[in-house]
Amino acid sequence: MKLSFTLNDRPTEVQVDTGDEPLLWILRDTLSLKGTKFGCGKAACGACTLLVDGEAVRSCSYAVKFAEGKSITTIEGLGSEENPHPVQQAWIEEIVPQCGYCQPGFMMATAALLDKIPNPTDDDIDQNIINICRCGTYYRMRKAIHRAAELSRTNPAGK
Amino acid sequence: MSDNDQPKAAPTSAPTTSRRKFIVRGAIGSIGVLALGTYVFRNPIRRKILGMVETTVPPYMGSGTEPNLWFEITKDNGVILHSPKVEMGQGTFTGFAQMVADELDVSIAQIQVVAAATDTGIVDNTGTGGSLSVASLWVPLRELAATMREMLKIEAANKLGVALGDLSTKDGIISGGGSSLSYADIALTKSAAGVTAWTIPKTPKLRALGDYKHIGSPTPRIDLVPKVFGHPIFGMDAEMPGMLYAVVIRPEHVGASFKSADTRKADSMPGVVKVLQMDDWVGVIAETHTQALRAQREITVDWEIPKIWTETGIRELLQVGNGTEMVTQKEGDALDPEDKNTVSLAFSSPIGAHAQIEPNGAVASVKDGKATIILSTQVIGITQKLVAKALGFKTEKVNIIPTFLGGGFGRRLNTNHAIQAAQMSEAVGKPVKYFFTRKEEFQHDLFRPPTHHIMRGRLSEDKRLDSIEHHYASGDVAINSVMLPAVANKILGTDFGAMRGGNIQYDRIPNHRSVQWHTTLPFATSWWRSLGLLANTFAIESFVDEMAIKAGKDPVTFRLEQIGHDDIGQRLKAVIQKAADEAGYTDEAGSTNIVGKENQTDRAMGLAASVDAGAPCAHVVEVTIKNGAIRVEKVTCVFDCGIAVNPDQVRAQCEGCIVMGISASLHEKMTLIDGQLFPTIYGPYDMALMRHTPKEIDIHLIQGADKPLPVGEPPLGPIAAAIGNAVRRITGQRLTDLPMRVS
Repeated sequence: MKLSFTLNDRPTEVQVDTGDEPLLWILRDTLSLKGTKFGCGKAACGACTLLVDGEAVRSCSYAVKFAEGKSITTIEGLGSEENPHPVQQAWIEEIVPQCGYCQPGFMMATAALLDKIPNPTDDDIDQNIINICRCGTYYRMRKAIHRAAELSRTNPAGK
Repeated sequence: MSDNDQPKAAPTSAPTTSRRKFIVRGAIGSIGVLALGTYVFRNPIRRKILGMVETTVPPYMGSGTEPNLWFEITKDNGVILHSPKVEMGQGTFTGFAQMVADELDVSIAQIQVVAAATDTGIVDNTGTGGSLSVASLWVPLRELAATMREMLKIEAANKLGVALGDLSTKDGIISGGGSSLSYADIALTKSAAGVTAWTIPKTPKLRALGDYKHIGSPTPRIDLVPKVFGHPIFGMDAEMPGMLYAVVIRPEHVGASFKSADTRKADSMPGVVKVLQMDDWVGVIAETHTQALRAQREITVDWEIPKIWTETGIRELLQVGNGTEMVTQKEGDALDPEDKNTVSLAFSSPIGAHAQIEPNGAVASVKDGKATIILSTQVIGITQKLVAKALGFKTEKVNIIPTFLGGGFGRRLNTNHAIQAAQMSEAVGKPVKYFFTRKEEFQHDLFRPPTHHIMRGRLSEDKRLDSIEHHYASGDVAINSVMLPAVANKILGTDFGAMRGGNIQYDRIPNHRSVQWHTTLPFATSWWRSLGLLANTFAIESFVDEMAIKAGKDPVTFRLEQIGHDDIGQRLKAVIQKAADEAGYTDEAGSTNIVGKENQTDRAMGLAASVDAGAPCAHVVEVTIKNGAIRVEKVTCVFDCGIAVNPDQVRAQCEGCIVMGISASLHEKMTLIDGQLFPTIYGPYDMALMRHTPKEIDIHLIQGADKPLPVGEPPLGPIAAAIGNAVRRITGQRLTDLPMRVS
């Protein structure tokens, strides 16, 4: 079966077996975008978080057929080295990553959070950022989330 | 990864001058050498060796020799360091870049660090672990960089016709006599004989610490860009052309072995290329991962399950008094447990999972008598040898290409699954990518062993500890590991991994001893960040705190007056005192707050300290209890890490250890139910999240040694006891079992 969606602002068509395949594997293995990570396959860790029509979605448990006609943003489309998203800029300034594996999922979840709550309180962060980081970078992440909110305010034109 | 087009400075023929090797067989190696005659070693001698193993930093034991194997000069005047150690988040690559920059005279931006493939010749024969990467390469890597700099200068002197002494180096440019050449000009010009033919000079004297620009300065991680923009840098991201996807079926029951499998239905399912039945496992190889998983569900395996293990069964097996006994510390007399003045308390810790987010896996290609394997591993050389043995290949026919690791924590000190990936590739004649499902990760982890501890102590009339004893039982940590020859265990008579933090650090207590009881459990247990340190420090430092309360003394003074006056004792005292001062420690012992009242928040501080690998660390935690939930609000951490090569990443390691320690103290636990290990997924395997992380972490680094010490594990030691000690002051309850809960 053939599916069409927008992927990081580009129209994309993909051939799949049944449409029940997790979106994660179509992105990683068929479309070769490796930034979205596999952690658990049960939507329990958040490593595979990406945006579907602006909503944070755990793509390991999201059948690809549901992406039909929608707009998907992955870490590769969030920002670029030349024009980083405020979340990425803040992650760099606060030197958040350690091993780095879970970080794309956290950055995507944060981008979705800031879209809804531009100035999140610590409680907002605690309730909405529920991915798992085994290196324990939460302490710097919290700082980076506040910093990203600040960057978005001062540079609303930034992507 | 390096660009294949770039000319390498690596030698194609033997260098003209043979050089002394940077390898000195160290602590663990020496013990191997001692093996021949050591069965007669008596316990006091063993204890001395154990003391050495616990506190010394073994030198780098890799096989690299020549600077020009380690460093590759690129056309754009960059330097690629082929690192024998891998990057798993601990910041080693950045530390190495700082060390290279300061001796090779290049900027950080000019340096790229990649994990060396075994084909480069930079093979690490031990692995990346023990928080030893920067500590063990502190001298050799700077010497290699300085030697490389001198080699380039000697060649520049020849080319420019300028005396060596008149040349200066900066940012990869050599200048003198009004001319200059870049390192790339020198290393890559066709007319030059090439770096390989150059004489390797005598190792230059290293610069003084104060002359370094990068070492000692907070430096942003050099891997921020790939990690923030989602570059494919992990083992899970690796691909090979024409690659197939595989899953392996593993038993759900502890101790189960493979009997037979019915694969008829799976054989003909869409996308399935082969269902491979080996002696003790079944692999499914398909065109996509989803297809492999679908086929796996249709396979029925008959398992031999000799025994249905339960949690109670494990606890009966694992207790003080069972297994192999080894006295690891002995001063003065033993306590009489029946004496009415002897205080006894039992402690325990559960089975712990590594739970690193990147699953284990490997991409393997076995073809024409050669194997290439890309994977996340902490043991590159060992994995190479094991794969070669399994395939019947010579070691050099197997090339292991390590990637960035999506977390290590000790889990990847055994990556034997590379063998299965290789065997499946061999069976289908194509590259195969194989990785664990999360259920496999949780049920087939090499767990942190559960522990059981009995602490005993007695106060003297002047309210000091007159005696203290730590009796502890643990499963394997170092014993049965692929990293050590079995003989090492026989010589040591104990599991030195389980022993970490197990000895009493209060030398002025006249009678003190530590006794290990070792038992191999029916499931694999192994290295988990900080090894025995977490559970042992929990038991000892909780008990010492309890005895301080019994003595009616504040726990700071009570500790300080019983610590020895030697160097390590002075440094331990310094971190405890500073932690208490910085946190404004107040001892609330004896207060009677009541828990359970609606919306009442109770608060107290707790203090604990430990010395691991010669690096003392003290934490003061501020804990609140609200509606029965323990929360860590603030941690003041004082850590004597010696020279902090990158203070920012030492802090990051402290923060990481604190969060992982809180997770182990208050959340994590694997349990055996009807023969199976549970849970098998995050969530039910409860871990610390953002909302459990302290909002304040105040870190103070002390340089109490003239070299870098291991930093990735020591700060894990005191966290559990510090939390328990705070809870004791709120509730009056002494919590003795991890994960801690208030009842």
